[in-house]
Amino acid sequence: MATSPSDRDARRADTGPDSGPGTGTAPAGADGGPCDLAVVGAGPAGLAAAVTAAGLGLRVTLLDAGERPGGQYYRHPAPALGAARPEALHHGWSAFAPREAALRAHEAAGRITHLPFHHVWTVVPDGAAAPGWILHAVAGPEEGPARVRARAVLLATGAYERQLPFPGWTLPGVVGAGGAQAMLKSGLVLPGKRVVVAGSGPLLLAVAGSLGAAGARVPAVVEAAAYTGYAAHTPVLLRNPAKLAEAATYGSALLRHGIRFLTRHAVTEAHGTGRVEAVTVARLDRDWRPVPGTGRRIPCDALAVGHGLVPQLELATGLGCATATGPDGAVALELDPDGRTSVPGIWSAGETGGVGGAQLALAEGEIAAHALAGRPVPARLARTRTRLRAFAAAMAAAHRPGPGWTGWLREDTDVCRCEEVPAGRIREAVRDLGARDARTVKLLTRAGMGWCQGRMCGPAVAALAGHDPAPDRRPLSCPVPLGHLAELPPADH
Amino acid sequence: MSEATRGRRRSPRDLVGGTPTATWSLRFDGRELSAQAGQSIAAVLWSAGILAWRTTRETGAPRGAFCGIGSCYDCLVTVNGRPNQRACLVPARPGDRVTTQEGTGHGDLAV
Repeated sequence: MATSPSDRDARRADTGPDSGPGTGTAPAGADGGPCDLAVVGAGPAGLAAAVTAAGLGLRVTLLDAGERPGGQYYRHPAPALGAARPEALHHGWSAFAPREAALRAHEAAGRITHLPFHHVWTVVPDGAAAPGWILHAVAGPEEGPARVRARAVLLATGAYERQLPFPGWTLPGVVGAGGAQAMLKSGLVLPGKRVVVAGSGPLLLAVAGSLGAAGARVPAVVEAAAYTGYAAHTPVLLRNPAKLAEAATYGSALLRHGIRFLTRHAVTEAHGTGRVEAVTVARLDRDWRPVPGTGRRIPCDALAVGHGLVPQLELATGLGCATATGPDGAVALELDPDGRTSVPGIWSAGETGGVGGAQLALAEGEIAAHALAGRPVPARLARTRTRLRAFAAAMAAAHRPGPGWTGWLREDTDVCRCEEVPAGRIREAVRDLGARDARTVKLLTRAGMGWCQGRMCGPAVAALAGHDPAPDRRPLSCPVPLGHLAELPPADH
Repeated sequence: MSEATRGRRRSPRDLVGGTPTATWSLRFDGRELSAQAGQSIAAVLWSAGILAWRTTRETGAPRGAFCGIGSCYDCLVTVNGRPNQRACLVPARPGDRVTTQEGTGHGDLAV
């Protein structure tokens, strides 16, 4: 693929169908008027929204940080890897393939401008065409500037993995569970031959199944929650037979690959020098506190770990969209049933409204597209959304981290991976210096001040400060060359 | 499981029936690694069993890919002399020179 896609797409952003002829550096939509809808993110929610909206007559620009549509859920190998059966790594590929085909058809017809490799770093009101918005993006590996003007924006930015630190979690070979899945789906690679999967949430089952199918040995899946947490929501489960069938599929995959499934257990330490060589697995009490004396060692050469997902909200919070803490303790957007945020003209769908999975994201993307196009939302979609949102809430409550997990931290355990801030320094800031929230801890210790801007340590720092995480406060959603910042019109803020 | 049985275990490529359109090589710290067209730099390194390709600024600890989706910045690497590239996002290209990155990757600057 060499350099061409990013170069080509950067040029397309500048001379796309919305911009005037021969403008060279003019942004898409700058001269020929804004597009009707800019969709940020081409995962299940964004892709479904874009193709549905285009089918209903809207002119859509779809921006995505990734190279191929599908987001993290439908991440798949680059065409050059020649995968004859990409669906072998996926559940629900049949929901993706027709939507991707629709995207290509709308693109060919000029109804959708698809801009892959475009990382939107801020959205600002369009002073020249209110109500309207200008989206600023960093395009391609060369990090060129790109701008898109739109009358409405749908943020389908998805989620990233929630991580809870433990001694040894910075060792090479300790990788995110979603990270292992992402590397497998896109690059057809494994982090090791013998991979323990640990953390919390149904994603672990999917990851273990994929790793096993791809040839890794998985000695155990270690789940911190008790699945009996779902029992309190039996009516919700019964209304979601597809979810039960999915769970059965995962269960049989574990059996097929000889994988042990331990619930109410956690990896409390990773061992090794230079790379992980073994993990300690301990039993947890109902508050996720490790039970003394229950630790046992499992040899492995990799650990895939994650404690569910957290919505990725920086663009939305930067615009002032209202948020609320969900049943999983994570911050999510407050949305109306059609996907409207509290800011007129800004919409959202999928995991940003609370983590709920790909089927829900597809439904919400289509619902928002109908509402944006001024069409009635089909009753079938509305029912699907209600049913799956109820399931998402039950799932979130069942896997919400218990307060006792901090019991497996040692004083010298790095909590912030970027700035290498140990738990002891954070506790000191809370105990001795009066820090009451993650922001104050950051100012006192630098935890959350590094490259990832607290994405990895945010939930852990908040827990150590004694609070639920606060909404994202990141003015930029990714590193931006200074020259691009200088192009922001000062009057817009 | 015996060595012979392990040798027959399937690979990710077997699972999806992958036949890459091209293979080439890149250099990592002077070592020649085989790359398949379409893989990221991190995927090429993992394929070669390499899990760490940078050291941290404070303690010099080894790090490699963690989140796999461009969020954590643990996989920063120097590619063709350009430091701080996210290996999990940057596609590998024929003849790339990838080098272990120490600290900020700007050790040449007197700051």
